[in-house]
Amino acid sequence: MTALSLAARDSATMLRRDVRHALRFPMMTVSGITVPVVLLLLFVGVFGHALSAGLGTPLGASYVDFLAPGILVMTAGFAAEATAVNVCTDMHTGIIPRFRTMAISRGSVLTGQVTGSLIRTMISGVLVIAVALLLGFRPSAGPVAWIAAAGMFALLTTALTWLTVAFGLLAKTPAGANSLALIPAFLPFLSSAFIPASSMSGGVRWFAEHEPFTPITNTLRGLLTGTPIGSSAILAIAWCAGITLGGYVWARALYNRGG
Amino acid sequence: MQNLTVDPASTATRSAVAVRSLRKSFGRQLVLDGIDLDVAEGTVFALLGPNGSGKTTTIGILATLLAADGGTVRVAGHDLATEPDLVRAAIGVTGQFSAVDELLTGQENLILMADLHHLGRAEGRRRAAGLLERFELTGAAGKMAATYSGGMRRRLDLAMTLVGDPRIIFLDEPTTGLDPRSRRTMWEIVRELVARGVTILLTTQDLDEADELADRIGVLDHGRMVADGTAAELKRQIPGGCIDLRFTDAAALDSAAALLDGASRDEAGLILQVPYDGRARSLKDLLDRLDRLAVPEPALSVHTPDLDDVFFALTGQPRTEQDGPR
Repeated sequence: MTALSLAARDSATMLRRDVRHALRFPMMTVSGITVPVVLLLLFVGVFGHALSAGLGTPLGASYVDFLAPGILVMTAGFAAEATAVNVCTDMHTGIIPRFRTMAISRGSVLTGQVTGSLIRTMISGVLVIAVALLLGFRPSAGPVAWIAAAGMFALLTTALTWLTVAFGLLAKTPAGANSLALIPAFLPFLSSAFIPASSMSGGVRWFAEHEPFTPITNTLRGLLTGTPIGSSAILAIAWCAGITLGGYVWARALYNRGG
Repeated sequence: MQNLTVDPASTATRSAVAVRSLRKSFGRQLVLDGIDLDVAEGTVFALLGPNGSGKTTTIGILATLLAADGGTVRVAGHDLATEPDLVRAAIGVTGQFSAVDELLTGQENLILMADLHHLGRAEGRRRAAGLLERFELTGAAGKMAATYSGGMRRRLDLAMTLVGDPRIIFLDEPTTGLDPRSRRTMWEIVRELVARGVTILLTTQDLDEADELADRIGVLDHGRMVADGTAAELKRQIPGGCIDLRFTDAAALDSAAALLDGASRDEAGLILQVPYDGRARSLKDLLDRLDRLAVPEPALSVHTPDLDDVFFALTGQPRTEQDGPR
């Protein structure tokens, strides 16, 4: 077998291990979905009318159509937070040193965890969209746009997962990993996820216009509800690629450093 | 990577593990100060030493978990620094802290190992079932490892190490914290493995255990190998133990004390303490001489030297718990 197929085989074994963990200990996955769903209910049911009225026409007839793509971005953020905690917890168990003494593909432990997180986050995304549909979300996307949106969501998830895997490896305790991973989980608040960046003021507006979650949200929103995308797509893909690469290199270096 | 200067006859066939001038520091603390050791193929080598003497650090380096600061290490004929993956393919490691996946069942843990050794589904299941049986874990095979007792966990840990059929096994304090029965079981497993030709390097704080299992014993103290030899060779360097004879009356004690030179008396306990070198011959002589005395038979207990005696003899200092990483 080639080195690559051995790596794929070991990664598949590690993925099975990760899936078993998730099935046996599902609380982290469930709580990762709870926060976006609560936010969805809160912003649609409680603040929705006020926000729509205050912001005027840019939001269109229904605030839920504006919000749902943003909540989807948030789902990826909160799922990545769970990943950081999972990785940190796992790295401090005795099985990891055992893996290090075995002649297996070095990256397979992390690849298995990233793939497992990707699958869980995609499922969470589907569930959050389902709740949004129940709350009146009416996307205008055709099949191609849906596939493109799923691809965008997968790119975002991959990027955030590698980044938070690195956080999980960096942190000494699961609580520390959790705090670090709150950064990507909460950055969508300062993006166009809840209100358009153009309606913010001063420095906050500048930040929201330049941070990665704004083009990502705008791209998903455009694909799902037909709002203009413009240069957001290329920016979103570039941000995701950059974060993925950085997170991957960082995580590999931290893992190989040992300890 | 190929190292053309290696003579395969001298490395691959004789020493399973060959360590020269191994050095390691953590920050400013020197943990291994140039140790040498050789483990012949198919034998058991015990590294004996108190906490902090460098045992676990040594195992960590040999198991490719830690990088050495200096020295050379060859495991199964492969250079540790340049061919770590070939070393990993030859070894099995059971550390001091349980290296099992607590969220998986015993059987799932073993199958995970089989998958990582690319054994194939049927062979993996067969080997897992065989090991569960051999380690008396069949009943608990479907339970999560988190629910296992200390002894069961240690057995599962070792069973996982054996899935890949390693030729060289490192055991870091395999019986620390086990009850006497589990300890016996672990000893039997080690003997079985050696009978199959496996090479074992183990660490222990217990002289009895080293004596019981090892062909050679290396005594580690503050990161230096203070002695290295067979159990018999080491014991010759140690002042030896003693035999306590407990008499029922003072008259018997007096007559025995007159007969046995060098014995010390404990009047209150009616005990006579006789130096003893550990040989059967000396014990027989002592019993013969006691027989010739017309006194009621004393109760006899033998005290063999323990780690404290070894350390006192070899280092000239009483053993102290040493600071630093294990």
